[in-house]
Amino acid sequence: MKKEQQLDLYHQMVLIRRVEERGAELYQQGKIGGFMHLYIGQEAVSTGLIAAREPRDRIITAYRDHGVALNCGISANEVMAELLGKETGTSKGKGGSMHMADTSKNMWGGHAIVGGHLPIASGLALGDQYAGNDNVTICMFGDGATNIGYFHEALNLAKTWGLRVLWVCENNQYGMGTAVERASAVTEIRQKAEGYGMKNSQVDGMDVMKVYEAAKEAMDYVRKEGQPYLLEIDTYRFRGHSMGDPERYRKQEEVKKWQENDPIGIFRKQLIEKKATTAKALDDIDAGVDNEVNKAVEFAEASPELTVEDLYTDIYAE
Amino acid sequence: MAKITMREAISQALMEEMDRDPAVFIMGEEVGVWGGTYAVTKGFYDKYGPQRIKDTPIAENAIIGAAIGAAMVGQRPIAELMTINFAFSAMDYIINQAPKLRYMFGGQFSVPMVIRAVGGGGRQLGATHSQTPDAVFAHFPGLKVVSPGTPEDAKGLLKSAIRSNDPILFIEHATMYQVRGEVPDGEYLIPIGQSKIQRAGRDVTIVTYCKGLELSMKAADELAKEDIEAEIVDLRTLRPLDMGPVLESFKKTNRAIVVEEGWKSYGVGSEIVSRIYEEAFDYVDAPIIRVAQKEVPLPYNRALEQAALPQVHDIIEAVKEVLK
Repeated sequence: MKKEQQLDLYHQMVLIRRVEERGAELYQQGKIGGFMHLYIGQEAVSTGLIAAREPRDRIITAYRDHGVALNCGISANEVMAELLGKETGTSKGKGGSMHMADTSKNMWGGHAIVGGHLPIASGLALGDQYAGNDNVTICMFGDGATNIGYFHEALNLAKTWGLRVLWVCENNQYGMGTAVERASAVTEIRQKAEGYGMKNSQVDGMDVMKVYEAAKEAMDYVRKEGQPYLLEIDTYRFRGHSMGDPERYRKQEEVKKWQENDPIGIFRKQLIEKKATTAKALDDIDAGVDNEVNKAVEFAEASPELTVEDLYTDIYAE
Repeated sequence: MAKITMREAISQALMEEMDRDPAVFIMGEEVGVWGGTYAVTKGFYDKYGPQRIKDTPIAENAIIGAAIGAAMVGQRPIAELMTINFAFSAMDYIINQAPKLRYMFGGQFSVPMVIRAVGGGGRQLGATHSQTPDAVFAHFPGLKVVSPGTPEDAKGLLKSAIRSNDPILFIEHATMYQVRGEVPDGEYLIPIGQSKIQRAGRDVTIVTYCKGLELSMKAADELAKEDIEAEIVDLRTLRPLDMGPVLESFKKTNRAIVVEEGWKSYGVGSEIVSRIYEEAFDYVDAPIIRVAQKEVPLPYNRALEQAALPQVHDIIEAVKEVLK
């Protein structure tokens, strides 16, 4: 990967982190409502994954979607405005934290019914198969989503029909507050693909370059073979499941141990050790992000509120 | 005008739209090689091939979920549920996904999908295979629910549904595939969301749809022998609901009954009666009566099943009651 692209990935990861840190503050101030699930700790997953796609490849994900939205090129302004429920938000303020999309950037939404978007992902790929192209649909979901029926119906259909879906399980060790081993018959999620005769692999999700390489390889397979693939990416969320999480299900020592593997810290160290850049240049990127996020908050706060008329728009196409 | 069956009307609509638009395809359980469990898609597999007539696994979430996804990227899938009772297995897609995606993402998505589903009792299939749960689906904004009662309407409405850019649940009745009726020659469309007066009359308004139309027509013929002229308004679409012809008729007759096959509680009739009271209270000369299914799960036993379903004589009695 070229140096410029590596620096771009670093920028994306820092941007996700800062947007969410500011988001958390605004949530505490009551400016953001509803449920908000932070991606902090998991930035390398979506950043490496989405860097490996071609623009024509589709992304669909679950409700922990701020990072995916930013990686797809939705601006910090539009993400922040959506969090504040403004008309300038990426879903016009009607979706909120869990429902960000921009079809022009091939981001087909954050979806908040656990596992519910998996059959829809099969359908996106079915639409492409029917159209006769070789676009790949990248469907991201958590470990918790692999225990629900939707997962199995979607994988079975994809394999039976030869649909180009890259199934990406972000295994962050907990489905809400329930550890993988307390909810799943197998703790190595990739094994579930074996039951469908589906190729699969697993990768360390705290290292963005490893994620990128694994994703690239998997996407090449999906595109060339016209078959789905399951990639398990092991990761960890540093914050609670959502903003109101007492975190009684895990020990602080465990969180600290994972935080030593901060994906941004790891990548920063790699870039400096490889002499791809200097600490100063990375500090400049950090400062630039701070500025970008400040402007996004200003933009979102200054954006007009929705009106009661907006209540009745976009229910039907006709 | 040709006289054809409901089955032929639906089949013709599907075929005409598939011939017109290559984006239209059919997916569902046994729609292909088998020819459709109610033989509606008989011959389709041979004509269009497996690419456009897709036999699916018995997996309703995958069927409706994948149809939604394909629709989101511009195809026009017709997803068939073998019966509407299996819709409950795919409830998340019919209720939580298809009708919400457009709104929740600020108008970015369209879901031009038709779900065809067969409902209704009367075939001794037992409690889980005989339901008429139309009102459940009509409850949710974002979905359109169509349920025709004549071959003419079935064909014209289904063609409109396939061309619509919104998700539509198209409900057929298991005992009506052999019902025959006149259908216009050549191509025609019937707009979704328009009720229709199917029989003119001066004395009482019967509001109904689907199977209820067949029963109400028979009841009206009987009543006519006693010089009672019933006007029958066929809703045809449950959401969006067109109250225009209902109110127009009621303001003339001042008396009404509502006939539906589903259960009475929280049903289509409840909605219609409320709307009449809200929008035409000054015209009410008698309490409006709902004729509907008894509040029991449908039994297998033939006599008991028929006792639970609304019958022609129930309609006649209800009409006489409101005319008292």
